[in-house]
Amino acid sequence: MSIDYSIETEGLGRVYRLRENKKKKDQPKELIALFGVNLQVQRGELFGLLGPNGAGKTTLIKILTTLLAPSTGWAKVAGFDVHRETVKVRPLINMVSGGESSGYGLLTVRENLWMFSQFYGIQSAEAYKYIDELLATFTLSDRANTKSADLSTGLRQKMNIIRGFMTHPEVLFLDEPTLGLDVGASRDVRAFVRRWINEDRRRTLLLTTHTMVEADELCDRVAIINRGRVLACDTPAALKHELQQEAIFNLDVSAMNGHDTAAFEQLPGVSKVLHTPLDGHSKLEFILAEESVLSAVVNALTERDVTILNLTKREPTLEDVFVTLVGRSMAEEEKAGSNGNGH
Amino acid sequence: METAIRKNIGWRLFVQTILGRAYPRVVGMSREKSWLFFEIFLPMLSVSAYVFVYRALKAPEEYIGFVVVGGAMTAFWMNILWSMSSQLYWEKETGNLALYIMSPANLMGILLGMALGGMVSTAQRALGIILLGSLAFKVQYAVGDFWQLLLVFFLAMTALYGMGMMAASLFLLLSREAWHIANLAQEPIYLAAGFYFPIKSFNFWVAAAASIIPLTLGLDAMRQLVFPSGALLGFLTVRTEISILVGLSVVFIAAARILLAKMERLAIREGRLTESRR
Repeated sequence: MSIDYSIETEGLGRVYRLRENKKKKDQPKELIALFGVNLQVQRGELFGLLGPNGAGKTTLIKILTTLLAPSTGWAKVAGFDVHRETVKVRPLINMVSGGESSGYGLLTVRENLWMFSQFYGIQSAEAYKYIDELLATFTLSDRANTKSADLSTGLRQKMNIIRGFMTHPEVLFLDEPTLGLDVGASRDVRAFVRRWINEDRRRTLLLTTHTMVEADELCDRVAIINRGRVLACDTPAALKHELQQEAIFNLDVSAMNGHDTAAFEQLPGVSKVLHTPLDGHSKLEFILAEESVLSAVVNALTERDVTILNLTKREPTLEDVFVTLVGRSMAEEEKAGSNGNGH
Repeated sequence: METAIRKNIGWRLFVQTILGRAYPRVVGMSREKSWLFFEIFLPMLSVSAYVFVYRALKAPEEYIGFVVVGGAMTAFWMNILWSMSSQLYWEKETGNLALYIMSPANLMGILLGMALGGMVSTAQRALGIILLGSLAFKVQYAVGDFWQLLLVFFLAMTALYGMGMMAASLFLLLSREAWHIANLAQEPIYLAAGFYFPIKSFNFWVAAAASIIPLTLGLDAMRQLVFPSGALLGFLTVRTEISILVGLSVVFIAAARILLAKMERLAIREGRLTESRR
């Protein structure tokens, strides 16, 4: 029996042509935003795309929501080709992006939501009923008649999220949905997202995030994406299990006295060292092949007159998975990308 | 929570799209009262200036009426320039355009909604100028054939907003330059369309070229139908002008549809047109 995939891609790629900059003749003419992406997301799954800014997550979502044509490969959503069968795909999907400023500021929250419901052919009475339910769920009922221009960023994002759920999509795409929300509101959104999927297993939700906790807490499966390529795809537990054999230690140490952490990576059994300089001291994170390597690390630090202030062992997270796959943390990768060392 | 929901498709969805998109324009007016000053009082100043010039020159009294009607119709041209032609560009900037393209709604329905909403809200402004101008300058009207007048107005609006719909895609493709084009098109069209004088004053070929703007012939025909000596100052016969307006409506709406489809194809191929600079 064939598996019922809600989202399926094969060899999916996207190349952007860059505008020519006459001053920078050596600048590349193309940007490979996605390369050879193969994904299968089953119906009823809450699937996460985890990666730093610029990894290709939004490009992938744009292709899947029929907003962008792929350069290579193909993609299907709800069984229909997103490029050739857009008319069949569009009634079944919706998308919400973090920080979007859609709608019209002169309209109230309720009016904006009603307006978008009309573009999906929902009858007004039904639309208002569902809008009111969702406004109550997201504790926004008291702002229903507030002009959206008068909302704070967080409240506006809640309105956008309601817009996504309001049309009863079969497949919903949330692109960094908790961007701009405070901790409490983010938690409410995550709880609603989980409940929405559990209520009806015919629904599918694809979530992009660069927040590890969000991916770990919410997603049934996660694909780690960087520089347009999917590096790993599995359940958060399975991805972390790969690292279980390794031991991760956090060390608070005195100032590093100019010592380079690269020297520690030369030690046998040390997989990766991450250094975060703090005010007057440093934080080091060691990923070790096994626990017994720790004594060599301690010796090496002592030899360099670096005092250990605190030492803790911790369980691996998705961030560690990313570090293992990419060789640097997500923040470092984003920084490298913005400095032009990216793709 | 209920999960099953009925969604209309086909013509019902099309009508819902038009009404949905028209709504912000219609209610927007009641939320922002400043339009009373900017869009009725300020145009009245220009109207007054022309009225005083004509009175000083002892021009026929019909000219005063020509100016008031022309002044009212400038509201529609302003609406076309700033709220139709540039609108898709602003929709792109706010992120709405991507949501429109991604939805099952037909983009032509979105444009028609923008046009309908714009027309309804602008008609109130135009009516305000007509009423105020007519009262202030004691304009006398003599409507011979009300239904023909209504037909001319309807055709002029159809052709004009068809032109605006076409320009919306064109301006989006031109991106930021659109702002300058809108600025450039404002004053010259006031002159070419004969907002404040009969276009018969032009050389025939200049007036014919100006007739590409639907308001030129619409205004000329309406003046012929509401003022006793209007026909003497008319450019072409009302029947001819009605025929040309029908032609312009068909051409502009067809062009709007073609350009919109081209814009959507380009948006999906290049990806740039749906990207807002937030």
